[in-house]
Amino acid sequence: MRNILKNLVINISTIHHTQLTPRVTLRCLHCGLCRCIRCSEQATEVGPAIQQDWNKYQSLQEVVTGLAWTFNKLWLPEDFPAAAPAGFLQQLPSYQSALRRRAGGSQRRAGAQGSAGLSGGEPRGPEQQGREPEARPAREQPLSIAEKRRLRDCQQADIKHLSGWQQWKRTSSKSLRKVLNEAKELSSHLELWRHDIHSIEGKFGTGIQSYFSFLRFLVLLNFIIFILMFSFVTLPSIISKYGIFNSTIAKIPPKNTEPHCTVYKPSSNEGLVYFYTYLKDLLSGTGFLEVTSLFYGYYTIDAAWFSVLNYNLPLAYLLTTFAYLALSLIWIIKRSVDGFKQNLVHGEDQFQSYCNKIFAGWDFCITDPNAAQLKHHSLLCELQADLEEERLKQKIADRTMKEKLRIYSLRICINIIVIAVLSGCFYSIFRATVFSRENSSDVSNTDFQANLLVQYLPSIVITLANFIAPQIFSFLITFEDYSPAFEIRLTLMRCVFVRLANIGVLLFSLWSHISDCATDECKACGYNYELYPCWESEVGQEMYKLTIFDFIIILSVTLFLDFPRKLLVTHCPCKPVQWCGLRVFGISDNVLEIIYGQTICWIGTFFSPLLPAIATIKYFIIFYIKKISLMHTCKPAARPLRASSSNFFFLVVLLIGLVLAFIPLGISIAYISSSKACGPFRSFNTSWAVVPDTVSGFPAGLQQVLNGIASEAFAVPFFMVICLVMFYFIALARAHKRVVEQLREQLVLESRDKLFLIRKITEAQRHP
Amino acid sequence: MGGSASMLPREALSEYQELTFLSKQEILLAYKRFSALLPKEERVNVCSARVPKSQILTLPELRANPFQHRICHVFSTSEDGDDSMSFEDFLDMLSVFSDSATSDIKSHYAFRIFDFDDDGTLDRKDLEKLVNCLTGQGEESRLSNMEMEQLIQNILEESDIDKDGTINLSEFQHVISRSPDFASSFKIIL
Repeated sequence: MRNILKNLVINISTIHHTQLTPRVTLRCLHCGLCRCIRCSEQATEVGPAIQQDWNKYQSLQEVVTGLAWTFNKLWLPEDFPAAAPAGFLQQLPSYQSALRRRAGGSQRRAGAQGSAGLSGGEPRGPEQQGREPEARPAREQPLSIAEKRRLRDCQQADIKHLSGWQQWKRTSSKSLRKVLNEAKELSSHLELWRHDIHSIEGKFGTGIQSYFSFLRFLVLLNFIIFILMFSFVTLPSIISKYGIFNSTIAKIPPKNTEPHCTVYKPSSNEGLVYFYTYLKDLLSGTGFLEVTSLFYGYYTIDAAWFSVLNYNLPLAYLLTTFAYLALSLIWIIKRSVDGFKQNLVHGEDQFQSYCNKIFAGWDFCITDPNAAQLKHHSLLCELQADLEEERLKQKIADRTMKEKLRIYSLRICINIIVIAVLSGCFYSIFRATVFSRENSSDVSNTDFQANLLVQYLPSIVITLANFIAPQIFSFLITFEDYSPAFEIRLTLMRCVFVRLANIGVLLFSLWSHISDCATDECKACGYNYELYPCWESEVGQEMYKLTIFDFIIILSVTLFLDFPRKLLVTHCPCKPVQWCGLRVFGISDNVLEIIYGQTICWIGTFFSPLLPAIATIKYFIIFYIKKISLMHTCKPAARPLRASSSNFFFLVVLLIGLVLAFIPLGISIAYISSSKACGPFRSFNTSWAVVPDTVSGFPAGLQQVLNGIASEAFAVPFFMVICLVMFYFIALARAHKRVVEQLREQLVLESRDKLFLIRKITEAQRHP
Repeated sequence: MGGSASMLPREALSEYQELTFLSKQEILLAYKRFSALLPKEERVNVCSARVPKSQILTLPELRANPFQHRICHVFSTSEDGDDSMSFEDFLDMLSVFSDSATSDIKSHYAFRIFDFDDDGTLDRKDLEKLVNCLTGQGEESRLSNMEMEQLIQNILEESDIDKDGTINLSEFQHVISRSPDFASSFKIIL
């Protein structure tokens, strides 16, 4: 008897989530609706004798109702308008404190509950009864299919009691859901690589799957950017150049510019072209490729006329650039919002790490026995490392002054070395860029290989730096005596920094060259007109080369390094080879690799509008390369990243890359004078100048509005309003945090309630 | 599979679609996989046949899973306790492990899977078994006694809200609702 009662209470404590857990007398007390199956089942489970006793214990009934009420109050405040005995409830510890807290808060809800709310365990009105099963369809019950079928039949029988309108509503929402499901199923067929990603997930788990999903996201993003650039920039200019649809182009000769600035003769090879020249041009974007629509120089059009319609190409070019940057930003933010929320809520919550590792530790997707073995091993290592870390913390707390001094000085030393390595990388990139610029035009065309090597020198140096610096960092970090988790994070951050800063240095050295002016003639143009008659195209070429070279490197590493290694390991049984083993498929390295490529693409798209198309193709091929190398030539990392943290991490690094891309683009659009010899902006001082120019063509009223928006009189109040909104949100976030804390406290109180109730039950048992 | 006798009837298909989280393709695939587990002569009547546990465990999706026995046990509706599975049990299992199942239902079944002695709470013994399942069964791949003690202590500290030394379903679901990895890891793709 006592056991059964105890069991009841325990079961009741589970009600808040799965309201229909069968063993619940509550059902009978609360809602008359489910009496058909629930009560009869209850009777067979608990036994008829208990059922009688149950009726005898009036106080027990109160106990149960009160218990349910407290739990429902916490978890299901809206769809479980409480029915609780008032006298008893007021004894509950949590009710007391809730009363105090909610004194002013929930008038509305109390009103909505009405008199039925707190007046005792009477059954609820028919509307409420009707609403509940609809909210939880049968398939959301943790029951076997046979039971679910019974439940559904029961729910359907209830529908007959309802009015015609409600019946219609129910059936129509059901059929709508069905149609939506069908549509979802159909659209899932269109999803790119759905099957491949599924099979990878099934074989290697969610960590690696997140990398491939990320790759797919980049392919899509680049494709959309390409569509944008192509339809608004490339297509109009091609159409108007070839005069399709009665279109003409207007080339306005540049005004108020020195004639020497406008000299631009791209070295397109005339006459007989050797194959190697052709190849060189293809690889480095010079020669015949320079004058194609791939680069900025092609778009030397000021306005296109489609019969009577005037298409302002310079404006379109600039706006499309802003559009693709904004699109990328919004898309990334939209994708990272979920992860960000999670990080914000759980970030400081260290109390859950073990539970997450134990209860969500096993990846049920894994089907490969080897992967399972690996997973076992990595879980063991992770748990041991965590426990070790806890002990380490103890050790760190116990450190003496002398030890602390030693460690800090060591860390400072190592950071100095890191900075030295970084500046070495930067300096060599700078030198390589300068050297390549000075020599690429000097070397005669006949010396093909040397010329190509010189052309590609910056790309080669950057790739080398990207390869060597992380190795040094991961070696150095072992001396710094950080905790293992922090070690990984710090190394990663340093690698991200190297990769992205390298691009920055390259652009900086290019920029310093472009704006390097000594003579007055040069100053009149605003840029170094002799070396860079069309500097935008040159920057575009540099980005094009980086993209191509990055692709070649990824391809050749798989083809010429991993594949022979795999052959060696499988066919050569000698010790050192076996010890080396296969290359590890490190997710973070691979992600850094593609984010680096994406940053280049973002920067380059302004200077070379068709670069996104190349990037799309590149990532498309990389997907298959990586899949093959993962399946056949590499082994997954022994310490895999978790999907939750890795997804967020990828997007954060991508966001950093995007923000980094904003800087050079902003400088070259707003600050550096656009080239006078080529491009859509040659009649403007800078690219940005096209916007004020267009605005001056608007009607006077609109012009005034726009000028007003751009003036300080508007900007300062606007900025202040933005600040106020931000403060409001910060305050809101703080308030939410406090609510979380309060709820946590309340949870503890609820558990105290439960203990209190159990005590009551035992008391009631003793004195029937 | 020969003939129309082994096809899933249309009404059954739409009913299963309604009662599970699976799509039409997934149900048909499950049907195909399930009937492949049956001996030839029973394939005529797939929906009422039961597949013994040993046969179910040969599925690659379960073969590598350390919780395979528990999964069979939890989803089986067999009355004589041999953990054999009918087609509906099989669908039920796939539904819970599918992408679109709610986290409520996932955590409910996760709790039952982790509750090795079926007593409705996760106590220290359950947790120890759970950790051993995660780290692998071999002697060398186990945590030492001291580590295990510390680990279980930590888990209970994090999740045992009412401090009664065990984790009950509501505590478990509370913990799971805050675990970022659970939804992505608790699924099986057929």
